[in-house]
This record gives sequence, structure tokens and C-alpha cells, in this order.
Amino acid sequence: MAAKKKAPAKKAAAKKAAANKAPAKKAAAKKKAPAKKAPAKKTAAKKAPAKKVAAKKSAKQIPFVDYLVLGDRPYLRAQECKNCGARFFDRRNACASCFGTDFKNARVKSAGIVTSYSIVTVGPQPFVSAIVDCGGTSVRCTLVGVEPTPDHVSLGMKVKLTTYSMGKDAAGVEAIGFGFAPA
Amino acid sequence: MASEDIWILGSNMTKFGKHPDEDLVDLASEAAMAALADAGISMAEVGIMGVGSLMNASAGIGQQLQKQIGQTGIPVYNVANACATGATALRVAIMAVKAGETDVGMAVGVEKLAGAGLLGQAGRGAASDTWEPSGRFGAVGSTEGRIGTGIMPGVFAQVGMEYGHKYGGTSFELFAKISEKNHAHSTLNPLAAYQKRFTLDEIMNDVMIAYPNTRPMCSGNCDGAAAMIVVSDAKLKTLSKRQQKHAVKISASVLTTDPYQEACQVLPDVNTLTRNAAKQAYEQAGIGPEDLDLVELHDCFATAELVHYDNLMLCEEGGAADFFESGAPWRDGSMPVNVSGGLQSKGHPIGATGIANIHEVAMHLRGDAGDRQIKGAKVGMAHVIGLGSACGVHILEKSAA
Ligand SMILES: [Zn+2]
Repeated sequence: MAAKKKAPAKKAAAKKAAANKAPAKKAAAKKKAPAKKAPAKKTAAKKAPAKKVAAKKSAKQIPFVDYLVLGDRPYLRAQECKNCGARFFDRRNACASCFGTDFKNARVKSAGIVTSYSIVTVGPQPFVSAIVDCGGTSVRCTLVGVEPTPDHVSLGMKVKLTTYSMGKDAAGVEAIGFGFAPA
Repeated sequence: MASEDIWILGSNMTKFGKHPDEDLVDLASEAAMAALADAGISMAEVGIMGVGSLMNASAGIGQQLQKQIGQTGIPVYNVANACATGATALRVAIMAVKAGETDVGMAVGVEKLAGAGLLGQAGRGAASDTWEPSGRFGAVGSTEGRIGTGIMPGVFAQVGMEYGHKYGGTSFELFAKISEKNHAHSTLNPLAAYQKRFTLDEIMNDVMIAYPNTRPMCSGNCDGAAAMIVVSDAKLKTLSKRQQKHAVKISASVLTTDPYQEACQVLPDVNTLTRNAAKQAYEQAGIGPEDLDLVELHDCFATAELVHYDNLMLCEEGGAADFFESGAPWRDGSMPVNVSGGLQSKGHPIGATGIANIHEVAMHLRGDAGDRQIKGAKVGMAHVIGLGSACGVHILEKSAA
């Protein structure tokens, strides 16, 4: 243990936590807000009850990725192969495991444990990239609410899904990102 | 398949590093002509060429090379297969010879990367002023930093950390020690881009790129080329005693991709396809890991080297940390790994890498490895992996002649 563990700390500490809130894009580069646009339509989707109102409300929010489902209890949605149960986060033509072509939406557990991570210290600000095992489904994510230093992150650490605002675009639509925070 | 053995008749690699005054064609030509000279044949005898260059995959480097060293009208296969590009070019040449289409094949890998930045999917550029979903995940912005990382040092850091989670025994210091070994080895290799020995302290206190990989624990972008001439058994028998003695047998040549595993589309699984390739290679060659005198494996990052001790079955499952701590993979250990200095010191000109590591093993088996020669080496393995993924494993044996 000759060498005091060090490197990441110095750089990281300097720039502090901020980790997650990635360059929340000058949300309002207001300028020439060209009315509302495309992104709006895509959120409303699955929100069973209270249609009219809910639809209107969620039209102002858009998930950072398709597979993040917003709502009172946001969750990650996988495409699950009906034949073998393999789960995928992108749209599918067939299952990479069994070649089946029938899929259903599956709700990924929101609690999990960190099975791998790296603290990326190049780029605008340090952040913790991690793989989280959510009850058998692995998820790639950024850890939030945790200092990006080796002292604060550990393998096997318990974490849970959380969401945060990434800012509004010119049309006033707010993007919602997700991360995993210590449970 | 004994009578169908394929042999390396000639081989060469340029020095890896910065070659500001030479372009891809210059570098490829240098390696190709030196490999021909080493083989003792001319372009007139070559029946097929496999040529790899990842960053210039569509530039027809093979034909450009022919125009520079000999246009004989033979088929060229320009290939790209991530970091396994060079091994793939060699596989093409080997397959053609095996298939009986020709008796002599040439494989060339070349890349110019000196000065290139971090490789991997970085930011997607400036965002527009509206959130617009795009790509297969419908992301409304760059995912880098928001959904983990796609940069190579970070991905491979996670590969090493995942091993630690599964089996324990890993630490920042352990990974740094692997790097210390390879940099120490490089001091004996004049072809390496960097030949500087680092202390463990220096490595751990250097600039952190993606914990636990500091800068010296990452392979360096650089320029370089490597080339190889392969021949059939029948052809070799027609050649001189000197050439026969000089030839190195390719006892196994395998290329795999990653079979589906849970999580493999979330964090690339570099393990299963490597293990599969190694298994097939040992079977083809009819030997086991205990027979190997040296191994060149794909240490694109210090964290990657550790997991491949296990994947290539150089140690028992889960025992990679102990294997390293035992001193086995040092050049004076029981299973020398990366005596060339590995990609961390030798450099990693992507297209050339998969041939250069085979070249390194071949030189030891011929007794031509100079100061870094592993004495009496008879059998060796070369491994390369490209994310995406593709894995090449070759086992070579010293000529019996
Ligand atoms: Zn399936």
C-alpha cells in the first residue's frame, strides 16, 4: 500500500459532487422559441387514468430515454422476450438469446446493487458510471447523489432509481433524466 | 488436420509510436516488404491479401498497398473488426490457404492514431434547442455521463471492477501493479512506443482517466503496421531447409463474437467470447494452458489484463488476482504475459495490433526476440479483443524442422 490512493480524489474533490446533473444544457436558450415541437407528443403515452389532464401535464415533460417511464413512480421499462425472458432496452426485431419475436413490456425493479463502476475523470466533470443489478436485470447508469470518489462508491452498494430535471428546452419541455442513488 | 497445417513464413512489425512523416501506405509497405523479405519470397507468389485498418476501413488500403509494392491482380479483402481487425485480416489469409484457394497469403494491419483522443462514444455534439429523441434509445441528448460511460477506459475499468465484484481480491493497487509489470517489460523492446519503467507510486499518482485506470494503465494511441506471410504445409515442403526451419506453425486460429449473456448489451461482455475462443484454440492445437511458454494478451487497459488471465485459463476460475500476485506473469515467472510491454507500453495502433501480438510470439519461438527473448520458448498464445465484440486467439508452435 505504498501509494496513498489518490489520483481521482484530487481532481474529483475539486470539482465536487455535481456529478450527475450533466451539463444541463442551457435550458432556456430562449431566443426564438419556435412554438412547441415534436418532443411533446412522445411522452403522454402510457398513463392510464386521468387522461385529458394527465396528458396535458406530461406533455411538458419528456423522458431522457424511451425506456424511462415517467409518472408518480417512474421506472425503467424493458422489452422482455416472451419465450426466454431476456430483457432489452432498445426496440427489437428478435431476441438475441433465443431469436423469439414476441415481446412484452416489463417493469425493471427500481432497487439494485452496484456490480461494477468506474469514476470517469476526463471530461467536464467527474461522474460515476455503474452497472446495477436490479433483481436480475442489469442496468447501465450514472450514480447520483454520491461523491465521485473511490471512498464513496463501493461494489455491492445498494442503490435505487431516481429521476431529476435536466432543464427545459426552448419550447418549455422539461427533460427528465434518471440515475441511481444510494438506497 | 495435421497435413493441413498453416505456417508463418515471414513476419514483421514497424516500430510503434509516432511516424509523422509516413502515411498509412508507407507504414503498411514497410511492414509488408519486410515480411516478404523475411519469408524469402516475392509478391509474385502471394495469392491473397487480407488488409486491416479500422479508421480507414473504406479507403481500400489493400489496393493502395498493392499499388506501392506490387500489383499482381490477386484478391484483396479489406477488413475492419474493431481492435481485432489485424487478427481478422490474418484469419482471412489463413482461411484462403486452408480452403485451398492459394498456397501463400499475406496479412497486413496498419493504423495511424498518434494524437487521437479518447476512443469510444463520447458526446453527441451540440444539442439543439429542443429535446429531440434520437437513436435506438430515443435519447434526447448525449448519454455520456448521464447514462454511465461509453469511453473505452471507463468501459474496461468496469470490466475489471466487475471481476472484483464477482471474485474479490482486486484493488486499485493490484491493477496498477499489472501496469508496472508491462512497463517494466517494455524496457527490453525497442519496437515499443514507450520504453519507460514506472514505479508503482508513479502509476497510481499519475492522471486518473477512469478509476481505477490512470494514464499509464491505458494503451497509447500510436502509429504502426505489422505484416505476415502464411503458407500451406505443401508449399512449405517445397521451400528451402532454411525457410522450413524458420517457419512457425499456426496450431490454432480462432475468431469468435460474444454469445448472448444477461447484461452483455449493457456492459460489453469481453469474457465469454474470449473463454470460448481459448477453449476452441486449445482444442484445435491439442494442448493446454500449461504448455504455453508465453502469452501476449490484449491489455488495452490494466483492468482488462486481469480478467483475461482467467478467460484464457492461465489460472483457475476466479483466481486471477492470486495468479498475478504469485509473480507468474512477469517475464521471469512461470507464465510470462506481455513480455513485449503489452499495449500499455508498446502502443495500440488498432489495425496492426492483432498481427503485432502474433508477431511477438513468433519471434520468441524463432529465437529472434533479442534482449527480451524468453529462453527456449516452444509454444505461445496471442489474444486480441475488439469491443462489439470480436476475439482472436492464435496458438503458435516452434518448427520441428
Ligand atoms: Zn428470447
